[in-house]
Amino acid sequence: MMEHLPALMIAIPLFGAFTTPLLKKRQNIAAIWALIITVITFGLSLLLLQEVLSKGIIVYVFGANKPTLVLPSGYRVPVRIIFEIDAMGAFMALSATLMSFIGALYSYSHVEMETGLEKYYALLLLLEVGIIGMVLTGDLFNLFVFLEVAGIAGSALVGFRNYRGEASEAGIKYLMVSSVASLMVLFSIGLLYGQYGNLNMAYLSRQIHLDTVDMIALGLLFVSFAMKCGAVPMHYWVPDAYTEVPAGINPTLLVATYASLYALFRVSFSLFGAITWNMARVGWIMSILGVLTMFIGVTMALVQKDVKRLMSYHAISQTGYMLLGVGVGLTVLNDPAKLSAFGRAAMAGGIFHIINHIIYKSLLLMTAGALFYVTGTRNLNEMGGLARKMPYTTIAFIVGAAAISGLPPFNGFASKFLIYETSYQLNPLLAVFAMVTSVLTLASFVKVFASAFLGPPLEKYEEVREVPKPMVTAMIILAILCILFGLFPNVVLNKLIYPAVDALIKLAQYQSWGGLV
Amino acid sequence: MNFTLLSPSGFWDPVLWLIFLILFGIIGYIIYSRGNPSYKPNTEQVKPYLSGNVEPSKEKIMVRAGDIYWGFITALDEYYVALKRMHTGDLRDYILWYLGIGAIILFILVGGV
Repeated sequence: MMEHLPALMIAIPLFGAFTTPLLKKRQNIAAIWALIITVITFGLSLLLLQEVLSKGIIVYVFGANKPTLVLPSGYRVPVRIIFEIDAMGAFMALSATLMSFIGALYSYSHVEMETGLEKYYALLLLLEVGIIGMVLTGDLFNLFVFLEVAGIAGSALVGFRNYRGEASEAGIKYLMVSSVASLMVLFSIGLLYGQYGNLNMAYLSRQIHLDTVDMIALGLLFVSFAMKCGAVPMHYWVPDAYTEVPAGINPTLLVATYASLYALFRVSFSLFGAITWNMARVGWIMSILGVLTMFIGVTMALVQKDVKRLMSYHAISQTGYMLLGVGVGLTVLNDPAKLSAFGRAAMAGGIFHIINHIIYKSLLLMTAGALFYVTGTRNLNEMGGLARKMPYTTIAFIVGAAAISGLPPFNGFASKFLIYETSYQLNPLLAVFAMVTSVLTLASFVKVFASAFLGPPLEKYEEVREVPKPMVTAMIILAILCILFGLFPNVVLNKLIYPAVDALIKLAQYQSWGGLV
Repeated sequence: MNFTLLSPSGFWDPVLWLIFLILFGIIGYIIYSRGNPSYKPNTEQVKPYLSGNVEPSKEKIMVRAGDIYWGFITALDEYYVALKRMHTGDLRDYILWYLGIGAIILFILVGGV
């Protein structure tokens, strides 16, 4: 079974997605079925990660035993769909499966009063398939296909509460933005296929010599994935989508966003990584986009009154830290002295921040979902004094807010610590913006805490009680992860993050399909 | 197992930090426990003194989210006017920003700025 792990990672949630609609008349069974599928997929992703960490890059070829097999005989290059899984891909797959499980668990109670839940869970599993495919594949066209699967499933879920006009609008906006970005990705892939006659990323990486057509392809891929990951000033779809999507989908949708960030990193480090002179320039573009993203995101968050919209702007802001960390690494990628002095640590900070942010932002969006569940509003002006009524949600919120603000000893601090220090070494101004953003983040969450949880109990919320157990359980699991990742950052960095960073840096391993050619 | 996170020019030991947090927490609790014990919850003592006026309802006197950081936001009014002008909510603008940024990035890469 182990040799077919990559295929099973796709096949099992896909099987779940196609069978869930059959449970239309027993919607609670559909929820349990989705939960079982996400647990199995999470288990498989743990096995996959263990395999990759112990044996190195896994290459899985659909329809052949080895990637180098050339059919028809005599053809110049191998033509097959290949999954190439390094530590970075396995890390992302683990994030996707964990968050899909948490999302399914939270959704069990959060959306139980809605109708059409068989479609909801089928789409959740399809979204998971899309993300896993994006992060495991070694084929550009395959990447586009899974990007489309994730985009379509994600937009349908954003518009799930179609009795709300805002949800339908947000769903259509997300669909249109995804379609435009995907179309440009497809166009870029077409350019590269026209140039080199192949779609395999490792193969293309060995061939690319960066003429004008290649540069256009790089620019289009870069800007399309930057929009899909919510980089400023192409972030406008993020608050619309994150606010309207049911809170149980927020964790998986977050990972879908970061699957595009992963694609951006893959394009920059693996596909075009062999090009030396231009990548420092791309690194600077990434770092500046990162600073803009974090600052504009947080200042927009500060003025929001809708609790989920506020948190959505913070999601944009935190993406800036990841872009900054990895951008610093990319800027010095071809300078061995600077790369070992601070570039590798900067990338570790950026990639560590992906998993940290996925955990605490999912937690915070779930607490916002819990507030909506009990009060029926997302308007912070109408809330107050809920801490006494919802103790578990309050604790979960405090942990999430402290983590996103970079307060020690929670997980956000560890990754931000690395980003501050390393970005300072590239340019002190970058670190100043990063720190000011953290201060504003804390200020923003103090506002949410004061207006929703503190203050005298309001009469209209006299009967309010804590949210159901599955929702509390999902939030507590994430809160515990925030604390554990913060208390033992070194363990996470050494076991998970640095192997992922090295997978991006060591291009020769990726280009040779883990040493097969 | 080593729990200390080493950075390029420093280190961070969360376990040590936690030990200090607990230590200072205990010191804080000792100071708190030596405070005035005459406070009695659910009595007249906890009501605010309003010069004899009737206490307004909680909903009326609570500080709302929209009022928090009023000074900060007012001071940055021009910045926020510009930001809000960017956030139109119009899908066509979303695509225009994408095209604009795409053009700039292509210009930097292809034009060799």
